[in-house]
Amino acid sequence: MTPVQAIIGKELRSYFVSPVVYAVGAVFLLIVGLLAYLYVVFAGAQAIQLMQVQGSAQINLNDLVFRNLFASTRFILLIVLPILTMRLFAEERKLRTFEFLLTSPVGINEIVAGKFMGVFLLFLGLLGLTGLVPLVLALFCDFDWYPVLTGYLGLVLLGALFLSVGVLASALTENQIVAAFVSIGLLLVLWLLSGLGSLLGDTAIGQAVTYLSFMDHYDHLVRGLVDTKDLVYFFSSLALMLFLAHRVVDSARWK
Amino acid sequence: MIEVQQITKRYGQHTALDRISFSVAKGEVLAFLGPNGAGKTTTMRILTCFMPATEGIARVAGFDCADQPMEVKRRIGYLPETPPVYQELTVTEYLRFVGRLRGLSGNILTSSMQREIERLGLGPVQHRLIGNLSRGYRQRVGLAQALLHDPQVLILDEPTVGLDPKQIIEIRELIKNLAGSHSVILSTHILPEATAVCQRVVIISGGRIVAEDTPEQLSARLRQSEKISLTLKSPTVDTESRLKGVQGVQNVFAGGDSGTFLLESELGRDVREEIARLAVTSGWGLLELKAISMTLEDVFLQLTRHEEGLVQDPVPTLVESTGQRA
Repeated sequence: MTPVQAIIGKELRSYFVSPVVYAVGAVFLLIVGLLAYLYVVFAGAQAIQLMQVQGSAQINLNDLVFRNLFASTRFILLIVLPILTMRLFAEERKLRTFEFLLTSPVGINEIVAGKFMGVFLLFLGLLGLTGLVPLVLALFCDFDWYPVLTGYLGLVLLGALFLSVGVLASALTENQIVAAFVSIGLLLVLWLLSGLGSLLGDTAIGQAVTYLSFMDHYDHLVRGLVDTKDLVYFFSSLALMLFLAHRVVDSARWK
Repeated sequence: MIEVQQITKRYGQHTALDRISFSVAKGEVLAFLGPNGAGKTTTMRILTCFMPATEGIARVAGFDCADQPMEVKRRIGYLPETPPVYQELTVTEYLRFVGRLRGLSGNILTSSMQREIERLGLGPVQHRLIGNLSRGYRQRVGLAQALLHDPQVLILDEPTVGLDPKQIIEIRELIKNLAGSHSVILSTHILPEATAVCQRVVIISGGRIVAEDTPEQLSARLRQSEKISLTLKSPTVDTESRLKGVQGVQNVFAGGDSGTFLLESELGRDVREEIARLAVTSGWGLLELKAISMTLEDVFLQLTRHEEGLVQDPVPTLVESTGQRA
């Protein structure tokens, strides 16, 4: 077992001992489930209206349920994921295990990678449970699976980006609340960059600012467009955040 | 095994370590003594490659801490001031994690864990969460962690803090047994501990080494006269002057009305026999007569109270303070 695997295992173990994961997981699944229910009910109401007007109804679940659901989940992740990542480094520093970790014969890149992978696997598990929504819907109605799957790909990439921002924020402080707040703040700024971009219009700066935000890239995936440009955005921003986290952890030794 | 040359560490304007040099041979146990903030932990952090030194060279087992930190880290077992334990893991889970971080696996990992659990008496608590253990047990888990990969060099920051007296004795025995095969640096506030387990003591104060020697030599070096405490049941008025008359006695201090006297005599001269004879023939009722040796505590206090110029002048004139203390 490599050190990275050991760290992943330890992080998962720590998560499942703490009540935070159960609370966060329960709230996340509850809200996603509730939203899915609401969107399905709205879709049903629309179908009934159409029936009354036209006599027949063809409703598109992809448009009425999944796109809305993916759009809302984005916001839930923005609140929930920083709560999961806030402890990663902040707790180590608070409880003085940081020094132990850094004096172990393990590289900082392995530590950062292990911690990120640990929380990423946890996130994949939570996201996997939301898979029940399309599975159950598939029993009763037809919809196009392709945009649902690319939407999930979008959620995985978006989640990875959010988590990497959280890892960076957690490395910055030994206070978990501050870490959570900083990562939510950073993510909101990234979010709002897209608004700023559209305000600036179709100029070079406007396009660049829009590109920096995850909004458009995620939207493409939710609409079923898998574009290399978007994948490059997610992977490069993820790498940048983890690299910054590496630098922050390294510099923490000098203080 | 450990070599430190002219290490300086500055935090901004503040100089935490000022050109520290010392070395530890293979199998030697070295104690780091010093008041809080003297630079003990900083030195240890540099040796464990946690932080780099501003200037100077630190080498462990021939590897430079700045250039080859991985090689150094592999060879060091480090117990920081606060035991670095994860409260949400059980003792065995924690040790398994530590072992894997250090590249142990399979049978070697299992047998190493078993060895340390046995050596530190962790058997009864091995399946309990560390968060539920007492301070003493956590400290022992911390030690087990440092010893797990059987490192050549052990760096222990106050290893006996939080332990009860019986455990302290056990841990000291453990450290003594490790000497010979391991090089150990330990810092401590408890001075008898340094005397009990260490071959050599480095006293550090204000970021500088103020003395370095064996515990015995340190106290001998700073002693300028032999001191004897004498308790008499019925001293007379002339007792003090007659004691002064004994050959070799330089000074006599009467210690109030309890019949206790403090005598100072020339260095290297034992006047106890004559004092005893005098006390018996004069009918003073000799209750107690003993030589006062200077404890490491006295040495420590003297050295750290007067920091400047001690390395150059190892025999300071500080006898008054010891006289009053005794």
